[in-house]
Amino acid sequence: MSASTSEVAGGLGGRGDISLRASSPRYGERLIKALLGACAAISVVTTVAIVLSIFPPTIAFFRDNVGLGEFLTGTTWSPLFANGEFGVLPLVTATLVITVIALAVAIPIGLLAAIYLSEYAPARARKWLKPLLEVLAGIPTVVYGFFALEFVGPDLLQRFWPGDFLGGEPGTFSALAAGLVMGFMIVPTIASLSEDALRSVPMALRQGSSGLGASKLQTTLKVVLPAAISGIVAAMVLGVSRAIGETMIVLIAAGGTARLTLNPTEGMQTMTSFIGQAGIGDLSTGSVGYQTIFAVGALLFLATLVMNLFSIRLVRRFREVYE
Amino acid sequence: MSVTTAAAAASPFARTRRGVTMLKERGFSLALLGSFVLAIAVLIALLIQVFVLGTGRLDANLLTQFPSTIRVETAGFRSAIFGTLWLMGVVVVTVVPVGVGAAVYLEEYADGSRWWNRVIEINIQNLAAVPSIVYGILGLAFLVRGPVGLGFVVLAGGLILSLLVLPVVIISSREAIRSVPNSLRLGSLALGATPWQTVRRLVLPSAIPGIATGTILALSRAIGEAAPLLLLGALTFITFVPDGLMAEFTALPIQIYSYLSRPQEEFRILAAAGIVVLLAILLSMNAVAIYIRNRYSERN
Repeated sequence: MSASTSEVAGGLGGRGDISLRASSPRYGERLIKALLGACAAISVVTTVAIVLSIFPPTIAFFRDNVGLGEFLTGTTWSPLFANGEFGVLPLVTATLVITVIALAVAIPIGLLAAIYLSEYAPARARKWLKPLLEVLAGIPTVVYGFFALEFVGPDLLQRFWPGDFLGGEPGTFSALAAGLVMGFMIVPTIASLSEDALRSVPMALRQGSSGLGASKLQTTLKVVLPAAISGIVAAMVLGVSRAIGETMIVLIAAGGTARLTLNPTEGMQTMTSFIGQAGIGDLSTGSVGYQTIFAVGALLFLATLVMNLFSIRLVRRFREVYE
Repeated sequence: MSVTTAAAAASPFARTRRGVTMLKERGFSLALLGSFVLAIAVLIALLIQVFVLGTGRLDANLLTQFPSTIRVETAGFRSAIFGTLWLMGVVVVTVVPVGVGAAVYLEEYADGSRWWNRVIEINIQNLAAVPSIVYGILGLAFLVRGPVGLGFVVLAGGLILSLLVLPVVIISSREAIRSVPNSLRLGSLALGATPWQTVRRLVLPSAIPGIATGTILALSRAIGEAAPLLLLGALTFITFVPDGLMAEFTALPIQIYSYLSRPQEEFRILAAAGIVVLLAILLSMNAVAIYIRNRYSERN
């Protein structure tokens, strides 16, 4: 909006005969602008503070304990023991396994739900379905963790797991229970953002497609979906970012043992659940354990940063095309 | 469901279709509806199960008694409820002025072609998706220990939660401010009002419903958050009500987690009852937000 007012001012003032500049300096207005700008700058300060809080202890960690190469390729993670080992791979694979399970649930269900909401649901139903989705997106993750530990683990997986066929037997803690529940946690996020992308496709494209004789199914899959694809991919990337960064579900339901395994029926420790557990342990400042929180945190921060920037770029692209 | 298929059948291009295509169309719309219903049904089923498990402990003790590991049958969430209320207070007082101020700056004052304003925008979008536990690390290093060294107190927890939901408040306030018609601003400026007078007397009052809705949703996210508080050092049994910003505290999600991490069945039931309390608070906040939104959209 500021752009439009300054255009008006510039447009008239450009003639050179009258000045639209304030006749007095208006220090109050300038002060207010500076204060509001300071509010906006707090977000930048936050990011700087995050970087400043995470990286110095991380650098100290790599200087004192282990090289970066060994950290990234080591296969044993036992930093809180005496003579601990600092191979972060078990945490990374656990994070990936649980993320893949969660996305296998969240992407198909979330995308189909978004197509339903945007293209098929009657307008009256959409009016209360979208808020319902938002309410569900607001359920605290500690509650999802409870679901995973109390119901999905014992009542679903342990009862119905086809052990004869697939082998293994889900224990009290399993990556599978945590991943499945996390998937349902992410569904509202992916559905809501994908629906925004689908809705921003201009109606004229749908009408043109129908006018050429395409069915609703064809219009949806071959016209609307490709037109919204960058927004949908952005929603999925954000879903990945949420899955990687989710703490409480994995802390409660996936157990606290760092294991290098791809077997989803076993308990695993992810990057976030390690940080959470080490944090509970009340480690003394500057100790090795305290430093590992920051080293793993730095890895987590960088991983989600890459995802987020990628997603932001994609969203900008689809906004540019249709707005 | 019948509504959808009826709508599909009534649509103009449904008539000329042959059997197989018809079947595909029907199948697809059923799959769409099915996955939507599945997503919602699973979540609602889980909520019902929690409620059923927790009913045994939904009594007055739950609200009035302090947490305990010995008298499980009468233990409650008193200190956690008060801790959560204190946190809400700190978050509201800090996040509303800063969040709305930043939104006003970005929508009304900032020149979007300047690089620093673009950096601020991208930065806010990124912060909105930074994992909550990273904010916990920030709080641990700066507020609880390190340079500020407050210890685990209400102020530290509240400030970290404020930073966590600040992007949400900024983004929703911006949307509310953006939806104020531009003719209002131009009219006000043409009558000789300064930019700030325009913002304060016209733009903000018209944007208040949207800002309030966004703030309530952000607040409900803040009080459901456990991970950052956990990292700040919250996992202790607090048997007193915090009496100020510098008092130690516990919060509902933390207390729920703490009961949940014990193996005995009674603690699970207590955790379920605590979840019911937490969800009741969150759902009533959401209801207020939706009420404000609907009232506002009716008026326009």
